[in-house]
Amino acid sequence: MSRTFSKGGIHPNDSKISENAAIEQFPLPETGYVSMAQHLGAPAEPVVSPGDTVKVGQLLGKPSGFISAAVHSPFSGTVKSVEPYADLAGNKVMTVVIEVNGDEWLDTIDRTDTIVREIPYSSSEIVARIAECGIVGLGGATFPTNVKLSPPPGKKAEYLIINGAECEPFLTSDYRLMLEMPEQLLVGTRIMMKALGLEKAYIGIEDNKPAAISKLGEFRDQYRDIEIVPLKKKYPQGGEKQLIKAVTGREVPSMALPIDVGAVVQNVGTAVAVYEAVQKNKPLFEGIVTITGRCLPQQHNFRLRAGTMISSILEAVGGIPDECMKIISGGPMMGKAVSNLSAATLKGTSSLLLMTEKETKRTEESNCIRCGKCVSACPMGLEPYLLNKLGRRGMTDELEQEHVYDCIECGCCSYTCPANIPLLDVIRNSKAAVMKIMRSRPKK
Amino acid sequence: MNTIIFTVVTLSLLGLLLAVVLYFVAQKFKVEEDPRIDEVESCLPGANCGGCGYAGCRAFAESCVKAGNLDNNFCPVGGNAVMSRIAGKLGLEVKEKAPMVAVVRCSGNCDNRPKTSFYDGYSSCRIKASLYTGDTGCSFGCLSEGDCVSACSFGAIRMNPNTGLPEVDDDLCTACGACVKACPRSIIELRNKGPKNRRVYVACSSKDKGAVARKACSAACIGCRKCEKACPFGAITVENNLAYIDFNKCRLCRKCVDECPTGAIHAVNFPPKVSRPDTEAAATEGVKES
Repeated sequence: MSRTFSKGGIHPNDSKISENAAIEQFPLPETGYVSMAQHLGAPAEPVVSPGDTVKVGQLLGKPSGFISAAVHSPFSGTVKSVEPYADLAGNKVMTVVIEVNGDEWLDTIDRTDTIVREIPYSSSEIVARIAECGIVGLGGATFPTNVKLSPPPGKKAEYLIINGAECEPFLTSDYRLMLEMPEQLLVGTRIMMKALGLEKAYIGIEDNKPAAISKLGEFRDQYRDIEIVPLKKKYPQGGEKQLIKAVTGREVPSMALPIDVGAVVQNVGTAVAVYEAVQKNKPLFEGIVTITGRCLPQQHNFRLRAGTMISSILEAVGGIPDECMKIISGGPMMGKAVSNLSAATLKGTSSLLLMTEKETKRTEESNCIRCGKCVSACPMGLEPYLLNKLGRRGMTDELEQEHVYDCIECGCCSYTCPANIPLLDVIRNSKAAVMKIMRSRPKK
Repeated sequence: MNTIIFTVVTLSLLGLLLAVVLYFVAQKFKVEEDPRIDEVESCLPGANCGGCGYAGCRAFAESCVKAGNLDNNFCPVGGNAVMSRIAGKLGLEVKEKAPMVAVVRCSGNCDNRPKTSFYDGYSSCRIKASLYTGDTGCSFGCLSEGDCVSACSFGAIRMNPNTGLPEVDDDLCTACGACVKACPRSIIELRNKGPKNRRVYVACSSKDKGAVARKACSAACIGCRKCEKACPFGAITVENNLAYIDFNKCRLCRKCVDECPTGAIHAVNFPPKVSRPDTEAAATEGVKES
């Protein structure tokens, strides 16, 4: 019997049309644009200057602050400039521009395919290695992994959950990774177990990916300490709190972090990146990116260097089809529309989704009929219709009482609303306003 | 019949008794309040717009009475007339303030500032600004979703559908500052209304470098400092690639308007110049747009 989380959730058509496209290496671009803000937290500080020659894997930016991550060069060549460039939302971000010349890697990186299973490092060595290699969570939030693997004093991890749910429609990068790099994933999981001092880990996979479940099941005998947990398909299963509920049955209380219930959740992509960092000394500078869309003649899963311009990717897959109306970075539920095609991909980019006008067109908003669909869809147990009403009036006190800060911005409410009210747009904004007020209060 | 009489008599007696109780309670727990607060409040417009910085007109009146002077209090809606009436009631002095008006510091209309993407989200500047830098190349300019229009309690701002920019009605604007607070890009500024509503201002908020700003919008301030040099009164300063005219120093000579290579400096409500045909075009364009 597959498990799942109990509250809310929706069942969008999963549209995994690119699931059979094997991972291909994407050709190197002529120029690379490596952003210094590829993670949650403070942007990295550039340590190279124009004219420097860099190799693949060389440090370009050092972390500046506790929640920050190092940025390494995905390309070899000469640094052309270090200046602000617009990211995919148009915001200017400090970027190292590299004129790509060949593909020369640092000698310290092990580029062979042999799987290194022995983990001779101690917990603190592992965490230090992960921090050095600039590993960030690849599940979407790009939170620095080393921070997540060092629980605050007094708190102990009991569960390590590897997130292979990939509940967003269209995305298949994690799926391909599970199929094509299963052992790297399992060793990566063991490394993180060792870092946290755990004996057991769980990999949650939705049951619409039976091939991945059986592929990882083949290694059952060698990796008895890692349990594969099939999950019933439901969005947003990949949400940290939903996954914890589905796998362990524990509920993360309002305002609390997963570590408060003893859980640490890491994405499958992160597990593979951790494997590569610790065993192969390879910093995080490339990842699997799904290029998909019903209007595309061919679906792709690319191994892509972070810092490749979006327009050059689209050119490589045959240009933007005429009927394409919107390009989304990430999945259709939580992804962000790309407004600037000359922006570059980041470490955490999981997908580029091309949608037609018919698929994306917003229908005109009408009045709320109090049907309560959004309430039953909300996986956090909030009342989106009420938050929307309060948000439009700017009633921040009431919004706080209604726990607007618990919203995970999954978009279930907007998806399910029969009146086409852009609930999430309003709630996301109100949440930001309320959080700002809460943060400005003096701490007790 | 008896029931009705009893009911009427009982209720009347009860009402009378409670009225007496209430009278004594009201006497006992009477809140002493300065009667001047009511007087001051009666002078105020009663819009409760918050333009003075207080929660409403009552709070403003209380503060006027409590402070004992009117140096820090000003009702922008009522203006000098209301302030002098308040001063009369309280027996205080008040300094005349020059009337202000909201000014939109952006000239990125559809021709000057081509759209680079299409926004189909919820129509709100604040939400649009939280999602991305907007549907044009400029990340400082007007987002055209009309948060200022809905913030205005006096109906003084309307969106011009042809330019996609808000327009302020000088006569209706009370300079309460609600639109200034509502604009997530801070492009609206309260400026001196000027004699006969004549004003000169930089209609741009872009802090991008000249080339970047110009690429996104042909009417952008490029920070070339020509106006700064041309100004005989030292009213213009250029900071972060953006010129700013200090309205307290500006003497409305309009030399900067002629100098500006992009037409980012607008002079409004001036009679058209006759001698120079090329600058006349720029000046009248300014009138049209603002």
